[in-house]
Formats: sequence, structure tokens, C-alpha cells
Amino acid sequence: MSEKYDLPQGTLDLLILKVVALGPVHGYAIAQRLQQVSRNVVQVPQGSLYPALHRLENRRLLAADWKETETGREAKFYRLTPKGRKALETEAAGWQRLTEAVGLILRMSEGGAE
Amino acid sequence: MNWLNRLLRRAKVEGQLEKELRFHLEQHTADLIETGVDAGEARRKARIALGGPEQVKELCRDARGTRWLEDLLHGLRYAARRLRRSPGFGVVAVLTLALGIGATTAIFSAVNPILFEPLPYPHAGRVMMIWYRGSNGARVNQSFAAYRELVERSRSFESIAVFKAMQPTLAGPSEPERLDGQMVTASYFSTLGVIPALGSDFQSADDRINGPNVVMLSDTLWRRRFGADATIVGRQVRLDDELCTVAGVMPPSFENVLAPSAEVWSLLQYDATLPPDGREWGQHLRMVGRLRPGVGMEQARSELSGIAATPIPEFARQQGSTMDRGLIVDSLQGDIAREVKPALLAILGAVVLVLLIACVNVTNLLLARGAARRGELAMRAALGAGRLRILRQMVTESLLLAVLGGVLGMVVAEFGMRALVALSPQGLPRLDAIRINGAVFLFGLGISTLVGLAVGLIPALQASGGDLHAGMQQNSRRMAGGHQLARRTLVVVEVALALVLMVGAGLLLRSVERLLAVPPGFQTSDLLTMQVQTYGRRYNDANSHRFFDQALEAVRGVPGVTAAAFTALLPLSSDNSGFEVYAAEIQRQSDGQHVVANAMRYAVTPGYFETMGIPLVRGRLFDAHDIGDAPVRPVIVGESFANRNFPGQDPIGQRIRLGGLRQTRPWDFIVGVVGDVKQASLALSQSDAVYVATDQWLWADRTLSLVARTRGDAAALAPEIKRAIWSIDKDQPIVRVATMDHLLAASEAQRRFVLTLFEAFGVAALVLAAIGIYGVLSGSVTERMREIGVRSALGATRGNILALVLGQGMTMAGVGFVIGFGGAVAGSNALVTMLFGVSALDTATYAGVISLLALVSAIACFAPAWRAARVDPSITLRAE
Repeated sequence: MSEKYDLPQGTLDLLILKVVALGPVHGYAIAQRLQQVSRNVVQVPQGSLYPALHRLENRRLLAADWKETETGREAKFYRLTPKGRKALETEAAGWQRLTEAVGLILRMSEGGAE
Repeated sequence: MNWLNRLLRRAKVEGQLEKELRFHLEQHTADLIETGVDAGEARRKARIALGGPEQVKELCRDARGTRWLEDLLHGLRYAARRLRRSPGFGVVAVLTLALGIGATTAIFSAVNPILFEPLPYPHAGRVMMIWYRGSNGARVNQSFAAYRELVERSRSFESIAVFKAMQPTLAGPSEPERLDGQMVTASYFSTLGVIPALGSDFQSADDRINGPNVVMLSDTLWRRRFGADATIVGRQVRLDDELCTVAGVMPPSFENVLAPSAEVWSLLQYDATLPPDGREWGQHLRMVGRLRPGVGMEQARSELSGIAATPIPEFARQQGSTMDRGLIVDSLQGDIAREVKPALLAILGAVVLVLLIACVNVTNLLLARGAARRGELAMRAALGAGRLRILRQMVTESLLLAVLGGVLGMVVAEFGMRALVALSPQGLPRLDAIRINGAVFLFGLGISTLVGLAVGLIPALQASGGDLHAGMQQNSRRMAGGHQLARRTLVVVEVALALVLMVGAGLLLRSVERLLAVPPGFQTSDLLTMQVQTYGRRYNDANSHRFFDQALEAVRGVPGVTAAAFTALLPLSSDNSGFEVYAAEIQRQSDGQHVVANAMRYAVTPGYFETMGIPLVRGRLFDAHDIGDAPVRPVIVGESFANRNFPGQDPIGQRIRLGGLRQTRPWDFIVGVVGDVKQASLALSQSDAVYVATDQWLWADRTLSLVARTRGDAAALAPEIKRAIWSIDKDQPIVRVATMDHLLAASEAQRRFVLTLFEAFGVAALVLAAIGIYGVLSGSVTERMREIGVRSALGATRGNILALVLGQGMTMAGVGFVIGFGGAVAGSNALVTMLFGVSALDTATYAGVISLLALVSAIACFAPAWRAARVDPSITLRAE
């Protein structure tokens, strides 16, 4: 098994918003998708997934409805609110800038700081 | 209110959370099974991946905004359950807090309207009292002349009024009623900022000499005597036998702090031309003014002192005008609170001490329980409760106690407040404003919350701190060392606070004892007094004298009355007509020098000194010849007056003239010197007295006090004596019937009031401190059973063990004494103004209080010590 990394602080919310943006989805599916998409590199603590979902719901970035799954079971499906979409855009942009900056710094050649 | 909504849907939300997590687990398990994992193993893996479902739920609840409220409700339910399980603890704690909170709230309800709440007038902060500055800064009444001058010259005030008390008699269908009222300038009500509810305010055009008779009625008088008849305005009522037109009726909300019992107002109608020998120059008026907006008190002060210092010709002042010493400007609120403020603050301080002691006691109870709860708390921590959560739970519990105590405390406060009002001394301002109102309620709620936090925090920190896991493994008893230290510290604090309070009570007690030992200068027992008045047109000076003479004869005929007389000024009665102090002009024989001295003027009938039991020092007393226009009008003076004005000389035969300067009447002569009498209070030595015969005074006093010396119970003779007076004229009102002993007690009522409260608080503090010592020591003995058992097994005698425990208890008390001593020395300074004849550091008081506290502490220590001494080592050691 390859080495896994913990999620950087504050990125879980961003990832959840991104996954939910693709369409209404329940908690377990979000966990699965995060796992798959990150190719098992990122360790998503399932224990903190649900508190994060509830927090985002409480902040009105997500809304939830109870619907039937394909297997005919009732599950809580989360979807993005307009406010959530806006938050996703700003946070994604912010993340982009941050990673670019970090990347730039990491690509500096030794002694190239002058 | 989204969170409220969600709180109400709490059960549903909880159900959904449960369902959501279950769905997750089942899906994960199913997926794992699909990949070929064995069913049991799959379930286990899914659970591990998710984490403990309860912890996840907790975190989810945290993520929702309603968390704090849910916790609070949950905590409260839990706390209530715990309280129900130990009702003894709960009852003691809640009662202790209820007493502390209730007493504090009751005292606050009395203090608040006097010291803190603004007076019930618009912009009440702008209402000022203005006084002449007397010698040693005393506040002296103003004259009408000063009023005229200040109204014209001062720019700081938008309105100024002067007023004095009156006690007119209102005629009616039934018997005449003597009322309290005020004579005021037309500006009185507008200065206070109130307007009549019916009719119109006094017109300044009517406020002139020989102006029309108009009166203003209070709401209570209007309802009581006129059946709330709205057509009363413009009609006439008979007041002191004069027909007066009703100008208006004041609203029921009008609270007249300057004369709370006044029910009727009429205009002063003084002569604005200020005739030189008129009453316009008499200093018998109080003055109130309303500052212009934006003018501060300091500004007004400097303006008025400037005016006082620069007389101008238009307002020529008479000699002896005390404006020479300047004017005093004080806010109305400050002025009415001035006399009682030290007493009120001392009482407030004392009750806060009681509250503190109550809190310390409950803290101690909670600490004791905290020690016993360590096992439970360790269990809760092990099950995932964070330290904050445990802390919060414990504070919730103490808050619940405090809120219960507060609710019960409000009941205590209501009764306490009623008792306070009933006990309150004469002269306590704003008595009618003392009630449990919003501010008082908030105060009670506020201190309950504070108390809840205060008593809960230390035990909570104690209990939740340290290694809770150790608590689970170990028996709580052995862990108790640290708590004992905290508890002992609290007991020391408690003893110290009790000592401070009790020293205060002791000093006041000794003051009152000393005070009551002061001789008033006359025999107070078996003396009945009442105020008798002649009113109406049918009385002029001559037949007023006749009425009093005949009434006196009739009273002397009542069986049981051994002597009787009338006086215009009754010692210790707090009656004042505003005409007590007169300038006495003296021409000394030795140097022929004129001296002017102030003295209390007593117009008395012959027989007054004999009835009162005032001793004759020199010369003679009045006799039956001292009536009317006798060629020589005799004057009798008090001993202090004689010594002050005729040092080393014989005052008998000296010339004296009373009642204002530049009079044309001939000199009177001093014929006798009598012993000094305490007039206002036993504590004050205002004893410069001058006595004249009632019917030789400048005018006939219409209100005189009867003094009747009786055999046996003086009060029992009151109805017969009244009947005797009414047999002369049944329409004359008789008021303020009281024995002299009663008046004496009332004159010291303020000190006594403070003393009563301090005694009550002192006893409460003593009991609470004793309970505290007992509780801690008793707990300590229980915890040290094993050690005590070992000690006695090793040969310690019962005496040794008794001494050990007693020593432990008395050490706490002793440390408390030392700290309390310092506190008491600092605290008793606050009482200085209320002490009499005793120093704030009175050794006997300190020694007495410490002995008493030591005795009570020893008793509180003895029970646990005795129990320890009887420990049977074979039983305690086997129990381990």
C-alpha cells in the first residue's frame, strides 16, 4: 500500500463542496469518491466527514434532502446551495493561488534566492 | 429563529443523524462483502473506518449551532436528577443561597431608590437643593429675601422655588382632619417638572401678598375626601377655616420626595417688597432649583457663591444674613440621601458579607461533594467527556442551585423588604419607592448568576483537574488531601468575614447602649405627649390661649394625671414648625456689651419643668403670675446657654430679647436657669435653650404639645386625656399621641435600625461559619479515620486525638481571626459616623467578638473531635 497523507487543514470542506457540486450525493458516496479521486493518496478520515457535512449544512453552503438510492434505500443527499457554489469558487481560486505560490517556492533552484 | 426551530426538531434531527450514519456503515459493509470480505470482518472494518459512532455524533452535534443550548438543557436535566438524589444537600445549599440572595436583594430594593435610581422627575439630575451655609458647613434654611435675590440674579437656574411645611386642618362633613401639606411658591411643581393631572398649575400672579386662596390636592386626598370627583377643580374647600379654590389635582404618580406625606399645597404669598421686619427675612424655607440645560452643578455653585459674595443695592441684605458664608448647592438626590447614606452603605456592605459567607459555605458543600464524585467524573472522562464538558456540567449544577436559590431568594426578598419598610426609621427617604421592581429583579437575577458561577467554579476546577483516571482506580477518600486545603482556606475566609460583621454589630450595639445611657435631661418614663392645635377663624390669640388653659385644667382633672403642661417645642419629638431657633439678643451687665446668640425657643406653660422633671439650677421657674402683659416678662435659660453667654457671671437678672433684631419691645429678664435637655437626639448636644411663657410670647402658638405625667401606664390614659381636651372644643385635632419613651426610641431609630440589621447579619454569619467549620472538620475526620485508628492503635489516648482534631479546627478559626481582625479594623471605619461614645477600635468589642467566635468555633469543632476520639482502631483498620 502506498504512503498516505493527512489532509491539510481546511481542505476537507473544499473537497466536499467540489464533490457535491457534481450533483446530489449522500455521505458514503462522498467518502468513496474522495477516496477514489485522490487515488488513495489522501487519507480522508471518515469520522470527520460527517461533522464537516453538518457544519456546511449549518452554514447554508449545503442543503440536504432524504431520497431513495438506486438500491431503494433512503439516504440523506446533499446538494450545493447558491451560497455554497460561490464559496466553492472563491475557495478553489484561493487554493489555486496558494498551491501555485507553494509550487513556485519549491521549484526555486538552490541558491536562486538572491 | 432557526436554532430554536432546530432545537424543537431535536428528536427528529437526532433520528436522522442516527439513520445517516447507519446507512453509511451498512453501505460500507455491503461494499466490503462484495469485495469478498467475510460479513463479520466487513462490519468491523466499516466501524473502524468511521470511528466510534457516539464520538462522530458528538462532533456532528457540535457542528450544529444549537449545541450549547442542547447541552445546557441536558446538563440541567442531569443536574436536577442529581439534586433529587441528594435532597439534603440540595435543600441546605438552596436555602443558604436563598437567604443570602434574598437578604441582599431586599437591602438593594431599599437602597436603590435612594442612592442609585434617578428621582421620578424629568431630567432629575438637574434638580438641586440650595442652602445657606451655616457655621461648620451646616445646611441652613433660606429666607424669602434670598429667594427673591437669587431668582433675579442667578442665570444658572431656569426655575427656583422655596417651600415650608404646613399642617392645615381640612373641614368636612365628619370630624376635621389634620393634613400634612406644603406652602410653596408658584414655581414649585414646575421646578420639579410635574404638572397637575386635573386643573392647572399655580399661577405666579396669584403668588403675592393677599392673593387669592388656591390649593392643589394630592391624588390620595382627592380620592379619600372628595371621591375622585373630577369637577372639584374651581370649587372651594375649607382649609384652616379659610375658603380655598382648588386649582388642580396632582397625578397619582407624583412622588414628592421633599415632603412625602404632603397631601395639599397652598401658595406662600410672601411680600415681594420685603418689609424689613417681615417673615420674608426669616430663615425657615427650603429652596429647590432646576438647572438650565447644559449648566453643571459646579457652574451653578461658582455662580451662586459669586452672588453670595457680592451684595448689590437692589437686594440689600439684613444684618445676620447667612449668605455671608456662601451657599450650598447639592443635587436633590444627594441631599435627601445625605443623612442616611453612610448607614445604607454600611448595611449594603454587611449584607454583601453575609452573601459571601453563604457562597463560601455552599462552595464548601460542593467541594465536599466534588471529592465524593471523583469516581463518577473519572468514568465520564473515560467515556469521552472533555475537561471543558465536565467543567461546564459542574458549573451548570451550581447555576441550577443558584437559580433555585435566587427564585426562593425573591420570596425572601419580598418578605425582607416588607420587614425593612416596617422597621425603617423615620426620615428614610422614598419609602414608597421601595419595592421589587424590574431593577431589583434584575439585580437578584444578576447576583444569582454570579453566585452560581462563583460557587461552582472552584469545585469544578478542583474536581475536573488532576488525573481523573487515577480517580477511577482509587478510592476517593485517599485522594482528598488537596480538597481539604481548599476547604480549610474557605473556612478561614468564612471565619474572617464573620468576624468583620460581628465586630460591626458589636460596635453598633455598644454605641446604642452608650447612647441610651445619655441622660436626656428630663424624666422620660410615665410621660404621655400629644400635639394639640387650635385652628379656624373662631380662634384669635386671646381665645387660643384660653382654649389651651382650659384644656390643661381639664387634663389635670383626669384621674391618673399627676401633672400636665404645654410646650411649643417638644424634646425628642422631631416635630418641627420651622420656628425653633431664634436669635437672642443679650445685653451683658458686666460690660454692657450686646451679644447675639442662637437658641431653641420653648414657649411653655407654667408647670412645664415640674411635669417634665427638668431640674432648676438657679433662680425660679414660671408661676401663675407670669401671664399676659406683666411688667417684667421672665425668661428661663438652659444651663449651656447661661454658661456660654455669661461665663463666670450670674445670669439671673440679665437682659435678653428674643425673636429677631431691631425690635422695639423692651428688654426681658432672665429669672432662672434649668438643666439642659436633648432636643433632636441623644447624640447631639444642641442644648442652648430659652424658655418663655406661652402667653407672653410675640404671638400665640397655635400648635402646642401636651406633656402629661401619669401614674402607671401612660399610654392607657390617652383616650381619657383626649376626651378631656375635646370637652373644651370637640373640633380641635389631636395628633401624634405617643409616650415619651416611644419618642425617645424613635429618635434613635436609625442607629437601632442599622444595629438590628447588623445583629441579624452577624448571627447569620456566626451560624454559617460554625456550620462551615463543623462540615470541614467532620469531613476531615471521616477521611482520616484510618490514620486516627493507627494513631490510637499505636497508643494515642482519647485526649491526644481530641486535642489533635480540636487543634486542627481551632487553627483554622485562629487564622480566620487574624485575617478578620485586619478586615474589621478596615471595615469599621465605614461605621464611624454611626458610632457613639465608642472608638472604631474598641478593645472590649474586639475581645468580646473574638471570644464569642472562638467559643462557637470550639463547639463546632467538638462534635467531630469527639467522634474521632471514640474511633475504635480494631474496627477502622479492619475496614480497610
